[in-house]
Amino acid sequence: MTQSSVNLDFVGREYPQTAPYQVGREKIAEFARAIGSTNPASFSLEAARGLGYPDVVAPTTFAVIVAQAAEAQYISDPEARVDFSRVVHADERFTYTRPIFAGDELVTVVHVDKILERAGLAMVTTRCEISALTEIGLEHVVTVTSTLAVRGEGN
Amino acid sequence: MTQVQFDELEVGQVVATKTISFDRSTLVRYAGASGDFNPIHWNDTFAQSVGLDGVIAHGMLTMGSAVAVVEEWIGDQSRILDYQTRFSRPVAVPNPGEAHVEITATVGALDEQAQTARIDLNAVFDGARVLAKAQVVVSLAA
Repeated sequence: MTQSSVNLDFVGREYPQTAPYQVGREKIAEFARAIGSTNPASFSLEAARGLGYPDVVAPTTFAVIVAQAAEAQYISDPEARVDFSRVVHADERFTYTRPIFAGDELVTVVHVDKILERAGLAMVTTRCEISALTEIGLEHVVTVTSTLAVRGEGN
Repeated sequence: MTQVQFDELEVGQVVATKTISFDRSTLVRYAGASGDFNPIHWNDTFAQSVGLDGVIAHGMLTMGSAVAVVEEWIGDQSRILDYQTRFSRPVAVPNPGEAHVEITATVGALDEQAQTARIDLNAVFDGARVLAKAQVVVSLAA
């Protein structure tokens, strides 16, 4: 059986908190448009405020922008040996404490939760804990869990 | 907008359906919006060099477009607590032309104590499911 080349020593690793990602109104609108959303609260401040939101609201999967940028710390580390030309996205999960709004400054801590090897595939699961910076500290917003399937050499 | 009521839902009830269509410009737009510039989503030559027949849609584009039907139905983003899926098959996007994915959102489970509903998403492309265990947990608490 072929072994994947992914470095197992990274399991359990936690990365330092990222620099803040500033959530913009135009970025929310651009992302919402790209996925075919017509939710007025993603495009119109008036519609968002009508629902009691502080600002326009991001669609459910918007957090992937923040998560994928943060995961790059791990994925693009040559020592991790995650060959991106051999990667398929296996699963994704978003668990929200509250929605993301324009104006949020989001920081992320990336965890490498597990790497399971089977039949020449490595299933690499990362978890991004995404929080908003507030005057009184960090407020948890969303947890993004993602699994990549990495094919081994010769597969 | 009328608030969806917990008591009005039944397991098995279809709450929303939609056909979503992707062409190559949809993928380019999503690449730019999401920051995912993997060339398998826009470059046929590259896609074929890694063993695909051609360009495929971002799994996250299908995931995000599918849940939009639930977001529209529930009408309040703060009611969406959890959304997960596995990516079971790729969506091949022709050039020229469009790939059509049929989305059906069905009530999968109801939790009376928590006042939550699990909405199961079925996404079918070319006769096969492209998302597996695609589940959205929504809060219907008053």
